[in-house]
Amino acid sequence: MSHKKANLFTYDHPTCHNFSANAHEALLDKNLQTQLSRITREGFQQKRFDAIHRLDEGEFDLLRDRAQEIKTDALANLDVYLERFEQNVTAAGGKVHWAASANDAREIILKICQDANAKTVTKGKSMVSEEIGLNQYLEQNGMRPVETDLGEYILQLRDEPPSHIIAPAFHLAKSEVEDVFRRHHGDLDPARDISQPAQLLNEARQVLRGDFISADVGITGANMLVAETGTALIVTNEGNGDLTQSLPPVHIALSSIEKIVPTLEDASTLLRVLARSATGQDVTVYTTFFTGPARPADLDGPKEFHLVLLDNGRSKTLGSEFSEALRCIRCGACMNHCPVFGSVGGHAYGWVYPGPIGSVLTPLMVGIDEAHTLPDASTLCGRCQAVCPVRIPLPELLRRHRVKSFTAGKAGWLTRVGLRLWSFVASRPKLYHAIASFKVRAWKIISGKRGYISYVPFIGGWTNTRDMPSPQGKTFMDLWKQKNK
Amino acid sequence: MTNQTSPHKKTNLKNKTVALFATCLVDVMRPNIGFAAAKLLTDAGVHVVVPEGQTCCGQPALNSGALDDARKVARTLIDAFAGYDYVIVPSGSCAGTVVAHYSELFKDDKKWKPAADDLAARTFELTTFLVDIMGADIADVSYDGVATYHDSCSGLRELGIKDQPRKLLGGVRGLELTEMQEADVCCGFGGLFSIKLGEISTAIVDKKTDNIIATSADTLLGGDLGCLMNMSGRLSRRGKNVKVYHIAEVLAGMTNIPPIGGPDGEDKK
Repeated sequence: MSHKKANLFTYDHPTCHNFSANAHEALLDKNLQTQLSRITREGFQQKRFDAIHRLDEGEFDLLRDRAQEIKTDALANLDVYLERFEQNVTAAGGKVHWAASANDAREIILKICQDANAKTVTKGKSMVSEEIGLNQYLEQNGMRPVETDLGEYILQLRDEPPSHIIAPAFHLAKSEVEDVFRRHHGDLDPARDISQPAQLLNEARQVLRGDFISADVGITGANMLVAETGTALIVTNEGNGDLTQSLPPVHIALSSIEKIVPTLEDASTLLRVLARSATGQDVTVYTTFFTGPARPADLDGPKEFHLVLLDNGRSKTLGSEFSEALRCIRCGACMNHCPVFGSVGGHAYGWVYPGPIGSVLTPLMVGIDEAHTLPDASTLCGRCQAVCPVRIPLPELLRRHRVKSFTAGKAGWLTRVGLRLWSFVASRPKLYHAIASFKVRAWKIISGKRGYISYVPFIGGWTNTRDMPSPQGKTFMDLWKQKNK
Repeated sequence: MTNQTSPHKKTNLKNKTVALFATCLVDVMRPNIGFAAAKLLTDAGVHVVVPEGQTCCGQPALNSGALDDARKVARTLIDAFAGYDYVIVPSGSCAGTVVAHYSELFKDDKKWKPAADDLAARTFELTTFLVDIMGADIADVSYDGVATYHDSCSGLRELGIKDQPRKLLGGVRGLELTEMQEADVCCGFGGLFSIKLGEISTAIVDKKTDNIIATSADTLLGGDLGCLMNMSGRLSRRGKNVKVYHIAEVLAGMTNIPPIGGPDGEDKK
């Protein structure tokens, strides 16, 4: 039973091209608007601010500088670190699988599951798995993937994609979660009280317990990959990742190549900026490091450990003008502070990664034809760059996409002809000033003494909701000349 | 982020000549801001000229990805302001375009890159120049009202403009400054964004105007006419009576004309 909205994207059917229409829907969605205000402004922004101010003055900026250096070095020597990582995973008894494309990654994972005769596959939260549409693929091939992160579990029941990279179901109100639990947990007492978040969490835990124990394969993401030790690590707040990783006989960690860091020391520096930037915690509740499968003396842990390393266009991005986007550690601070994301939420962006970083990554992953709308979905206010823990110049990268899409003819003819005409005139000062003088006088006559006009042709986007202040009556250049004759 | 603040503060510039770049928006919409900027600079002791060859900084094209168009207009500005010691702009956004983006815009152009860098080094936003470079004080100016100040994004994050306007406003007699929540959050203008994605722009400016209204200030001030027109337009459509002025108008004591978007009164200029 699916309750998802008809216009929601899937990994292979992006709706980025419909950004304006998606945004229109989102602005009318009262539940979403309440959640947006609660989660972004009052929640994440304030918590991040407080976390930074619990540190010494200037300490967070020093950490950010170091985090940027670490990621820059890791990307500059990616081949070296990835090979070192593979050697160390292998030495620890695990196996690294290289996946060039989303399809490669899906097939590799399915094969591992089939070899394990898997039926139930538990999953920790992984945006990379959303990027490759893993759940749909496993289902099509007879597996039963079960999301174990609370937010992801709710979304799986609703058949919806995440709307935020660290708070996947933040767009839903408590009551919507209660509804979906009552629909899907039909064998539980209908009279039970699950109106409070703690009760909802508890119910999900009870339902999921059986799956944790019976799962044949556990799939997690990995927030970082440590080259010097062959260790992968995940950060969670629910502990579900640990159960997914350690209980089933086979553990698959799905990650992407830019998650590599050289050393454990580097990983710990990045952890210090990650949680503070994301949820405003000093550190997440659980930080789990795993190196290979269980060793003989270990009391628990998987018998097999597989690490699937996805490229999916990243190595191409590495050598491009967008390479700085690969520093991203997926904290979500850019979207939490973005006025556009804060108005329309994540689904409007039409693909897996929303917000400013999504508007940079999505065109690289699904193509500019589909996603040329996203780089325009920004006022270029720069708040994203200001809060980014690895100082990605997001506005500049968005501008570069705009250049690419303008060059490819994606801008409407009105914009293109308009800009050409404007630049022709604005590079001829005498002509420009003559036209400006005329335009201003005419405009002033039309608008009269009221001080503004309520409708201006061609800029309905402005005047539908805002008055247009009237000009004073003459241009500055004319008045200045008059006065300084 | 580029920080314009010069290490050798409070340079003695008495009798030097500075060139005023009024900006295309001020030229067309509100010359009063240009005259106010000129008065502030003159009062601070420099000689002000207004080069006739000026038009626009090219930002609309730059932010649309139309780099050829942006360069064409930028070259016009570079030519118009060649040779002046300082170029002063009553807008953080237009100054930011020159200071933070011209170098990148001409990075592959051997001929124009040095001139672009040179202009960038000489260009300052008005309040930054008055405070950080000239060490100017505001005296003998009064404004009767409670004002709140919006930090425009480009000025704030590309040029580090935050304290300068507040310091100058502190010298205005009778003016009480009250800070709004999220003064440093975007107003939703974003140039062509405000037209192309008008609905989202409106949602953003609604939050901004909520914050303005919550202060009970009777006056909204800022350093960028584009943002001020956006906020004024929304306040007016929502039926809110808040007077909107550019900071230069208040600092120069030139609020004798109707506020931005306000009706013409008796005392027209």
